[in-house]
Amino acid sequence: MAQAPEIDPATGTPTTGHEWDGIRELNTPLPRWWLWLFYITIVWAIGYWVVYPSWPLVSSYSRGVFGWQSRDAVVEDLRQLKETRGPLMDKLAAASLQEIVADPQLLDFARAVGKPAFAENCAPCHGAGGGGARGYPNLNDDDWLWGGKLDDIAFTIRHGVRSGSEDARESAMPAFGRDGILKSDEIYNVVGYVRSLNNLATPRANIEAGKKVFAENCAVCHGEAAKGNRELGAPNLTDSIWLYGSSVPTLTETITNSRNGVMPTWAGRLDDVTLKALAVYVYTLGGGER
Amino acid sequence: MLEQQLTPERNKACSDANCKLFDLAQHPNAPAMIPPAVPDETPEPEDEVPLYAARRKIYPQAVTGTFRRIKWAVLVVTLGIYYLLPFVRWDRGPTAPDQAVLIDFTTRRFYFFFIEIWPQEVYYVTGLLIIAAVTLFLMNAVAGRIWCGYLCPQTVWTDLFCAIERFTEGDRREHLRRDREPMSLNKAARKATKHFLWLMIAWWTGGAWVLYFADAPTLVKDLATLQAPFAAYAWIGILTATTYLLAGHMREQVCLYMCPWPRIQAALTDEYALNVTYRYDRGEPRGSVKKNEQLRQKGLPAGDCVDCLQCVNVCPTGVDIRGGANLGCIQCGLCIDACDSIMTKLGRPKGLIAYDTELNIHRRQHGEKPSFHIVRPRTIVYAAIIAAVGAIMLYTLVTREVAGINVIHDRNPMFVRLADGAIRNGYTIRILNKTNEQRTFRLEVSGITVSALEIIGDPAGAAGPHEIVVGPDQTREIRALVTVYQPLPPDASIPLMFTITDTHSGVRAASADQFRGP
Repeated sequence: MAQAPEIDPATGTPTTGHEWDGIRELNTPLPRWWLWLFYITIVWAIGYWVVYPSWPLVSSYSRGVFGWQSRDAVVEDLRQLKETRGPLMDKLAAASLQEIVADPQLLDFARAVGKPAFAENCAPCHGAGGGGARGYPNLNDDDWLWGGKLDDIAFTIRHGVRSGSEDARESAMPAFGRDGILKSDEIYNVVGYVRSLNNLATPRANIEAGKKVFAENCAVCHGEAAKGNRELGAPNLTDSIWLYGSSVPTLTETITNSRNGVMPTWAGRLDDVTLKALAVYVYTLGGGER
Repeated sequence: MLEQQLTPERNKACSDANCKLFDLAQHPNAPAMIPPAVPDETPEPEDEVPLYAARRKIYPQAVTGTFRRIKWAVLVVTLGIYYLLPFVRWDRGPTAPDQAVLIDFTTRRFYFFFIEIWPQEVYYVTGLLIIAAVTLFLMNAVAGRIWCGYLCPQTVWTDLFCAIERFTEGDRREHLRRDREPMSLNKAARKATKHFLWLMIAWWTGGAWVLYFADAPTLVKDLATLQAPFAAYAWIGILTATTYLLAGHMREQVCLYMCPWPRIQAALTDEYALNVTYRYDRGEPRGSVKKNEQLRQKGLPAGDCVDCLQCVNVCPTGVDIRGGANLGCIQCGLCIDACDSIMTKLGRPKGLIAYDTELNIHRRQHGEKPSFHIVRPRTIVYAAIIAAVGAIMLYTLVTREVAGINVIHDRNPMFVRLADGAIRNGYTIRILNKTNEQRTFRLEVSGITVSALEIIGDPAGAAGPHEIVVGPDQTREIRALVTVYQPLPPDASIPLMFTITDTHSGVRAASADQFRGP
């Protein structure tokens, strides 16, 4: 509790008059230079207000005489990054995809450029490591809808799938059920047949009947042996890798309503070098085909 | 240690500003403190406490003697090392810098003669810090503030700056007299010379600092031709300013107000630690030469202290050592030199002020022999800790691996099922080559019976051999794929081992990881 300041008999220093459980605080004065530093910080703060953006105004803020903006700082950082990367970026721009993969230094650099670009643009659908999700293909495996060669991957990234772009990967699976092409028992039987190709049992389905339905309706795109057709983006139905799932209800829904997933076109959104780096990055995730 | 003997009377003795801050071993029989050499200019009003304490300017007087010689020697050696070490060369081959001590931020390497440390080995610094701290404790247990008095950069540079001040503005008396006089051309010239010399030394100090971070001869040339990076000039500027301010202007204020060590030191000391001590058992009662001589002839008690104030005049922090050990005393021993020279002139034995302990003063007062215990449990434990940490560091340095491998398993996806039913895992592998030559490592995987190993970008494909070239003193990151064709148990997690072998020397390094399945 506060009391009148007194002189501490032990040290001869005045106390602050504050006391806690008999412990009193000495009022030792600060050195003079310390006090100066305190005043200097006040002056500094005023200078800071003048120089840098600081005070909120009604619909804006005080901009400061330096005109400093955090956005300018980012722009400057990006410019420096571009300058640092310059020579390698030029090499990347000049080289073909095959040349990039063959040159260890360019390959490392392309992967380093591709990785953050993938995280920013592709990961929301395909997952952080390209592991895929339901309806979004896993990019690490060797099962490709539109082809896993370097140029195939680069083309898909550039133009997208059913994106509306002129050169986009284009195909449409009919909605066999919704449009009345197949009856429900025919759909059930063809589901049973497709499942049987992957050693999955479907009790009560007539596999033979399903095989006939498949040959008449599905084999056009998916092939006689159901191995798929990359020209049309028709998946291989025999490799136990499923884009949407292999359960009876899921396959029934796929055949009834069709799927026709969409991937945006990236040409025009990302620059050419980044697109190249992305193609190399996806190619080197593990599934790339020579 | 002596708390039970402390009485309120002792407090009267302690009226000096320095004494207020701290008193370690004030004894009831200790002499009354003499008033400060220069009286405090801001007397405290009864009812109002001043906002600040004005600094009492200190004019340390030149002194000669053993401890002064030791201090000069330490100054020459430590500053010599600091200023010249960057120019010492050490051959490490054509691919590495040839500077003996170099902190290379660009390539993130620290070179110290035969030692090279990578950023991930920065734990060596932990060992160094432990050794440094315990060495400080050991110094303190043996002979008080050896660090403060002789080795601390603040002390060494202040000592140098004080010497320059005496050289330009004269010794204590002359300097005091001139400071009281009005400004004259002579006085201004002297002061200007002093500040110029101070700034030159400060500038050289900053200049030497940056040389530890780049090739010294090249940087010196670049600095001179204004081609050095801005950061180099900025750091030279910063260190010039701090040296000039701290050694020229702040001096003892750094020790009194800024440095934490005096506070810690006080908690670490014990009754056997030697400290610069005024032997008041011999010195008191103090008096003038004549008065004490008369007392002695009458057979009355008379001390050896003649109150000449030489001990205070030479003190770089303005302390009166006769008030007992205190926070302001950095224990540089200069008062010992000053007192010894006076005692010699008076024909009295030396050592009225000496490295001694409060305990020994007591023992002598009670007619016992003084006891010195340099080797005692405290110093043995400190020495043992230093030896143990040093031995561990030496062992790790000697057995330092020159090749390394770090493996990170893919997190998304954990595993990939291929069209033919095989399971594949992806790994990011970093291979470390800590030698200064390019090396080729062969990568192998073991622990899984049927597997294929592939490295992205490796033309050898799955067939192998998987040889990876890593540049001198570099790391290389690769992506490896391991495929298992055999059926796996559900939720499999099989331990496997990646091994690299230097194809030339056969040096190996390994890292364990897991193979995951559905």
